[in-house]
Amino acid sequence: MMTQMVLRRIAIGFATLIVVSIIVFLATSILPGDVAQIILGQSATPETLAALRAELGMDQPGYVRYFSWLGNMAVGDLGISKAGGATIASLIGGRMGNTMVMAGLVALISIPISIALGLWAAMHPGTWLDRVVTFGTMCTISVPEFFIATILVLILAVELHWLPSTAYLTGNESFTELLRALAMPLLTLVIVVSAQMIRMTRAGILNVMSSPYIEMAILKGVPRRRIILRHAFFNAIGPIVNVIALNLAYLVSGVVIVETIFAYPGLAKLMIDGVQTRDLPLVQACAMIFCGTYVLLILLADVASILSNPRLRQPK
Amino acid sequence: MTEENKTKEEEVIAKLDTFDELPDAPPKRRIKLSWVGKISVAVVAFWLVICIIGPSIAPYHEMDMEGDDSFLDAYDNFYLGTDYLGRDTLSRIIYGARNTIGISLASTLLAYLMGITLGILAAVKGGWIDMGISRVNDAILALPTIMLGLIVIAALGSSIAILVGTAAVIYATSVFRIARALGQDIMVQDFVEAAKARGEGVWWIIRAEVLPNAAMPLATDFGLRLVFVVLFISSLSFLGLGVQPPASDWGSMVRENLQGLTYGSYAAIWPAFAIATFTIAINLIVDDISAKSGGSLAKKMV
Amino acid sequence: MEKEKLFEIKDLRISAYNEQKEEIRIVKGVTFDIHKGEVVALIGESGSGKTTISLGSLAYTKPGLHFTGGEVLLHGQDVLSMSPIEQRELRGARVAYLAQSAAATFNPAITIGEQVTESAVLHGVLTQEEATKRAVELYHALELPDADRIGFRYPHQVSGGQLQRLMAAMALCGNPDLMVLDEPTTALDVTTQIEVLKAFKKVIREENSAAIYVTHDLAVVAQVADHIVVLYGGEIMEQGSADQIINHPTHAYTKRLMAAVRPTPTAGMGTAVGSEHDRKVPAIEVKDMTAGYGGIVDNEPKVPILRDVSVKVENAHVVGVIGESGCGKSTLARVMAGLLPQARGDVLLDGNDLEGSLHDRNLEELQKIQFVFQMADTALNPKQVIGDIIGRPLEFYHGYKGKEKHAKVVEILDMVELPAEFATRYPMELSGGQKQRINMARSLAANPEVMLCDEVTSALDSIVGANVIKLLTALRDKTGVSFVFISHDLSTVASFADEIVVLYAGRVVEQGPTDEVLTPPFHPYTRLLISSVPEMRIGWLEDTMNKREMAVGIAKGVEITKVGCPFFNRCPMGIDGTCESESPPIRVLNDGHEIACHRTVEELEAAEAETQQILHGYERIGEDKQLPSAG
Repeated sequence: MMTQMVLRRIAIGFATLIVVSIIVFLATSILPGDVAQIILGQSATPETLAALRAELGMDQPGYVRYFSWLGNMAVGDLGISKAGGATIASLIGGRMGNTMVMAGLVALISIPISIALGLWAAMHPGTWLDRVVTFGTMCTISVPEFFIATILVLILAVELHWLPSTAYLTGNESFTELLRALAMPLLTLVIVVSAQMIRMTRAGILNVMSSPYIEMAILKGVPRRRIILRHAFFNAIGPIVNVIALNLAYLVSGVVIVETIFAYPGLAKLMIDGVQTRDLPLVQACAMIFCGTYVLLILLADVASILSNPRLRQPK
Repeated sequence: MTEENKTKEEEVIAKLDTFDELPDAPPKRRIKLSWVGKISVAVVAFWLVICIIGPSIAPYHEMDMEGDDSFLDAYDNFYLGTDYLGRDTLSRIIYGARNTIGISLASTLLAYLMGITLGILAAVKGGWIDMGISRVNDAILALPTIMLGLIVIAALGSSIAILVGTAAVIYATSVFRIARALGQDIMVQDFVEAAKARGEGVWWIIRAEVLPNAAMPLATDFGLRLVFVVLFISSLSFLGLGVQPPASDWGSMVRENLQGLTYGSYAAIWPAFAIATFTIAINLIVDDISAKSGGSLAKKMV
Repeated sequence: MEKEKLFEIKDLRISAYNEQKEEIRIVKGVTFDIHKGEVVALIGESGSGKTTISLGSLAYTKPGLHFTGGEVLLHGQDVLSMSPIEQRELRGARVAYLAQSAAATFNPAITIGEQVTESAVLHGVLTQEEATKRAVELYHALELPDADRIGFRYPHQVSGGQLQRLMAAMALCGNPDLMVLDEPTTALDVTTQIEVLKAFKKVIREENSAAIYVTHDLAVVAQVADHIVVLYGGEIMEQGSADQIINHPTHAYTKRLMAAVRPTPTAGMGTAVGSEHDRKVPAIEVKDMTAGYGGIVDNEPKVPILRDVSVKVENAHVVGVIGESGCGKSTLARVMAGLLPQARGDVLLDGNDLEGSLHDRNLEELQKIQFVFQMADTALNPKQVIGDIIGRPLEFYHGYKGKEKHAKVVEILDMVELPAEFATRYPMELSGGQKQRINMARSLAANPEVMLCDEVTSALDSIVGANVIKLLTALRDKTGVSFVFISHDLSTVASFADEIVVLYAGRVVEQGPTDEVLTPPFHPYTRLLISSVPEMRIGWLEDTMNKREMAVGIAKGVEITKVGCPFFNRCPMGIDGTCESESPPIRVLNDGHEIACHRTVEELEAAEAETQQILHGYERIGEDKQLPSAG
């Protein structure tokens, strides 16, 4: 039964990806009416328009263009950037690495911190430290990412001069230089992502903590540590894994802002530039990568919560 | 048996006869805000008032470059200093409230209109209508909101109408999910079943049974959703893809004045701070209303 | 014989504080003792404070409650003044707690074995090996199936009755001085309850442990308690030995409680058939009806619940539908109401065919059949005032408006014995019994011919439930409405229904006038049900238990089968090769009394005579012969 459910989730994930590709394709190819007109803007002449249309394959029906686009994308042919004419694959290559490094580091730092803090807050509800954590994380999730980043720049770069205010990489920094450059965007993302994870971990544990079997454990004289770690945590693992995956997915939007504000040469920055110059093939490719990652993470979360449920692991 | 006991016994029996049983009617519960909640309401009210009367109380027009220089600290009538073009920061924040809050509010309302209509419809009708709407909805929900925003703006360009429409559609998906879940919860309640058994029509059931019971949870959710939309719109503006200059908007103000930070100008901080006051206040109100005794059991642990 | 005093509660006071910081007293000075080897029952209705007191004996209160006075002494030592760490050491080791719903109190993510032994090992009473060994011994003592391996399973892999017994093992594993049992059999079916009760009784006796037994059920109390404390509104009304309270109650409240207990079902019950409201055709009838969930394929539901059910409800009669949870009794009512279209068969109203789905029924048909839901709490819209709730059917079916409607609402409130000013109240401002009356009033307002009452008294306290039944009977006599009264409690149904329908695993196994159904011959399942209803007699459990098992077979799980008689796997009289493969024939006795069984009436009668011999011994056979014999 469990394998069946996991397979089903994978199938749903795959179907979602297809739908995502349709949305991305539709939004960028069909909605605007005449892309060629928009791309060329006022400089359009009938000749250039026709040429661009043919180049974009726009003289063919929509579904043909969709399938050829999807097919090309599947084999790694992401098309050619409108600006500069470089292949998108080459543009994306290095940028993606940068973004992955950043996201990986954020995950590595924030997951243990969040779970520890979330658990700790859930174990001591109502204490002033719990209140501080609850209030602090609530404020953090209520404000835009750029607010956190701006405040950090103000304090750490402008007032204290500890860190540089940008994270622009030239490619030949020393390791310490690299660390200093990365520190600010990392810190911003860790704060933003952790706040959400701490809140949800705490809520997940507390939710489990109001179940009758926790009261029973209290009445059996089980110590608090053991109640949380053995009785509550195992039941909250599904939700917590979910939270982690969701927030790693949430990194996507954080990355967009942070890469912009700190001029970090990542994929998101590339995409924003693409949006500003209306380089649609580039936007399509970046969007597919981001959305694909997101869908994959959500799928992982789903599967993890299925695996952590004894009802499904141990059928009747 | 003593006389006292006798009367007590009679009292108990009298109680049984008049009330049928122990009167266990709970007192009506009204929403009582804590002082934090009250302050938050004041903050939100303040910004809403600013939205309405802002232009008539602002010291300068949002586009007037009246300041002596750019990135100045507070002086004379420039209570919060000037921005990168020497415009009055305070005035731009006051004008910007209209854009930031106004666009967000309009988007959220539109999102609610769409989300609730479709959500309740899906919950009540069920079957393939529900299936169809839910699948499309899930697919949109499966994308990061900012990505959707970027894709649409890449394709259509940015204008206030497009911003409102995009935000409304994106956030209608979460409203749909909540309204549908609420609707489904209510639809399986016995009182709805009773109405169905009576032969009531769909509209009556929605109006008299479902909506009154969904109103309160949806109202709290509205607050949360509004916060998300404010963050969304501000983020787009911050990226230069939202409200376009020279119109003022809190998100784009941060972007415009970011470089000033290095000169020690707070022109980028004030608008960010304005967003924070508004969104944190709303979240505090929502927290206050839906405060649960979560974790009361946890306190009992040793 | 003076036994050692083990446990004392002295002037215990527990309170809650509302938002205005006002004290709300929940337990108002309660005092009682427990001696070694003694079972003390706390009985009372909801709000009596019985659960609060029982938790207090572990020095625990639910969140929001506080101890405000008194002492709880274990071996003379006050547990309330202990440090939190000492209290923790006490719980599970010296005082053990057994909760009402084992299904909710077992942690779903941990194996049963670990949970059963956890407390004993944590408190250092036993090592893990010793504890595991003791647990297996307890599983055997509690007659759990697959006792050697059940500990390796997860809670969702065993049945509710088994979990309840496993919780007893959990409580007993650390050899506590005192066990606190909070309504441990309330959530169980009657045939399961008796097995669990028997197991509890046996281990309590064998372990010679003292226990606090909390319940609202006097018949259960009579079986397990040595001493009874009667509670009302957080105060003790009366306490004394079980014999004194059960047989010679002195307090008016105790007497009231006793009066609300339904008599044990016996032959001769049920009102006489025939009244002024009689008509030729039945008010409602279902014929060869099959229904279930998950959609219908080829006239066959995907998840079948009811199979080939035929039931007639005469005008102005009360028909009791009885069966255990999952037998399909609520489904039967839902099919009649049109909430669940049947897969096969007919539903007739006044002899006319009804459409299966309520969308296809006309207003008059809808108005004539009214459904009363089990839980008034969820059946009444919390956002509507009572006047609107009752007024809606008046307006919807009969077009009453304005003043006229209000007058009618008052009239109907009066019929359910509630004052007119209730019309402006919200359901939340009413007590449980009052809500149930409103629930019925709403159906009455439609001026129906048939009212389908689904477990309407199950969630109510016994005195309140008794009042609701009184009201229901009065309504039947006054208005000529027919009632289908669905219940899992045979004694409730037997006490006032004109006819009884016994359902088992979706099939009618026996039906007929109440008197006839309760008179031999019985269907073997009816026999099991009757013998499972605890009698309000001290010593009944001991007297009956072993004999009963011999006579009627042990309770096993219910299985819905496609062919044959579903009761076969539990039936002591089953015929191998016939019962499991062929549907039983319906044997018609006098007065519309029907039994669906492969055994002939004579065989059933002979079996009953044997049962009587086992149950009551040979000396009473003479009396049994006097019973009106059927056939």
